[in-house]
Amino acid sequence: MLSRRTRSAAALLAAAVALTACASQTTTSAAPASTASAAATPSAAPSTSTASSPLTITDPWVKTTKEGMTAAFGTLVNTTGTDVVIVSGASPLSPKVELHEVVDSGGKMVMRPKEGGFVVPARGTHPLQPGGDHIMLMGVTEEVKPGAQVAFTLTLADGSILEFTAVGKDFAGGEEDYQPGMDMGGDKGGHTGKDDQ
Amino acid sequence: MTAGPSITRRGLLAGGATVAAGVAAGCSPEALTAPQAAAARGQGPSAAPSFAASSGTAVELFHGAHQAGVATPPQTHAVFVGLDLLPGTGREAVVRLMRLLTDDARRLTQGAPALADTEPELAALPARLTVTFGFGPGLFTAAKAEHLRPESVAPLPAFPIDRLEKRWSGGDLLVQICADDALTVAHALRMTVKDARSFARARWLQRGFRRAAHAQAPGTTQRNVMGQLDGTVNPAPGTADFDRAVWISEGADGMRGGTTLVLRRIRAELETWDAVDRVGKEFAVGRRLDTGAPLTGTREHDEPDFATLTPVGFPVIAEQAHIRRAHVTDPALRIFRRVYNYDEGLTSQGHADSGLVFASYQADIARQFLPIQKRLAEADLLNEWTTPIGSAVFAIPPGCAEGGWIGETLLS
Repeated sequence: MLSRRTRSAAALLAAAVALTACASQTTTSAAPASTASAAATPSAAPSTSTASSPLTITDPWVKTTKEGMTAAFGTLVNTTGTDVVIVSGASPLSPKVELHEVVDSGGKMVMRPKEGGFVVPARGTHPLQPGGDHIMLMGVTEEVKPGAQVAFTLTLADGSILEFTAVGKDFAGGEEDYQPGMDMGGDKGGHTGKDDQ
Repeated sequence: MTAGPSITRRGLLAGGATVAAGVAAGCSPEALTAPQAAAARGQGPSAAPSFAASSGTAVELFHGAHQAGVATPPQTHAVFVGLDLLPGTGREAVVRLMRLLTDDARRLTQGAPALADTEPELAALPARLTVTFGFGPGLFTAAKAEHLRPESVAPLPAFPIDRLEKRWSGGDLLVQICADDALTVAHALRMTVKDARSFARARWLQRGFRRAAHAQAPGTTQRNVMGQLDGTVNPAPGTADFDRAVWISEGADGMRGGTTLVLRRIRAELETWDAVDRVGKEFAVGRRLDTGAPLTGTREHDEPDFATLTPVGFPVIAEQAHIRRAHVTDPALRIFRRVYNYDEGLTSQGHADSGLVFASYQADIARQFLPIQKRLAEADLLNEWTTPIGSAVFAIPPGCAEGGWIGETLLS
């Protein structure tokens, strides 16, 4: 229930990770594509992006939930001169993880798997945020508590991977539905797809 | 005449801050109208630079050996929140909580939104925001870390002058939020409390204020709601005396670089205080109301001479005058007061609910705070017009480095 509301309200979050002051603390770098997955261990002491890290994520977090679905967010940062495509995601917390988008379907905001994955433009960023693209955990195997450290792996089109840890964060976006100027129409049932669950 | 310049300054203050904020995170068009309005009134922008540099965008560092918010020059607005851990909240949960709250604080104090901030624009003006955490006795118990609790971080002994109310007393976890802007405080409070709700419930909240940031020169002793200069004899941050009096330097490692806080809510009995003439008010304290000078001196920081007698042989500074009873000779035994005024509702008769949120920091409560408090409780003329109605004690853990969290020296 809560997660549904969250995403409908959530474009608010857009600027949340724009400032760099704290980014280094929660930035994780992907292994260079050339070394492929074998070398892709998460950096124990995450550092800011370097030329050798094609993809990083800043401020990853996952919405807390007792059970069922939830989602992870953050800002993907491409440090290279070519687009990076993320084709799949995984987490030990959920046997099934999907890359989702939220689209307007006949006046209703619905989420669905994003065809072709997430494209992070060359030297650009790609936000994962409530109300937009997100990493969807289709069914968590244990409670996601606030402050929990949840591991994720994203696989890029070239086979390399990005591993990172997202922090569990209580988030109840429905309370902000009144905010004017949203392009979501304030529809609390934004994720209507989940009502079928 | 005087209203004109003050409006100009305020307008420019808002305008300068807004421009800076706009760079970081966008801004509301309404705010931009303030300088425009000032300009329309024909008031020049000459004061803008100095205000822009010292107003909304000003930042207090978060990381360091000590938590910010103690030695930090007091900001205009403060809110102190006492939280009680929910039953069953043990060490593992407290660690998660403190990691979350530390992360919020380090971002917000630097002018960045908290993680998953629902109102990121409100974070753009930190206005010298500090967020300071304190651990009450109950937190040490919940985390099974009793052996790390400084011994005197415990409920104070009862004093005969106390009229303590439960709604202002105790608490497992303190969050002290201070900034020169009230909206900044509100946003930091909101983000902090949202992250704490899964772990704790709010026990009390106390708001306080001081003179506005630019109302008088920095370092000026503030006045309390009784009109007195309050804090004349206070260790000066940055001095060896301050460091000795405030920061814990002995005992178990976990608290070194930290301090302790005694937070007392002291009601000012303004209705009866009003009935006292100036001579009586000055006699009770031992200082002049206008200059703050001791009755034996002419300037605020003159040393009081407790031996001087009146022509008829009585001490000029009375035996039970507040400053005589509170006097501490050894600088290392002083307390550091960082007090805020409160002024809440009115009774239907128009009687005030005002006083002090009295925040006293010291390395050791038993060695420094209690002896003073005992002397004041025994005899202090001022007691007739002041009533302690709340009391809480906290260990203020040391600061943390980037990537660290407040409490890690005690709980990890």
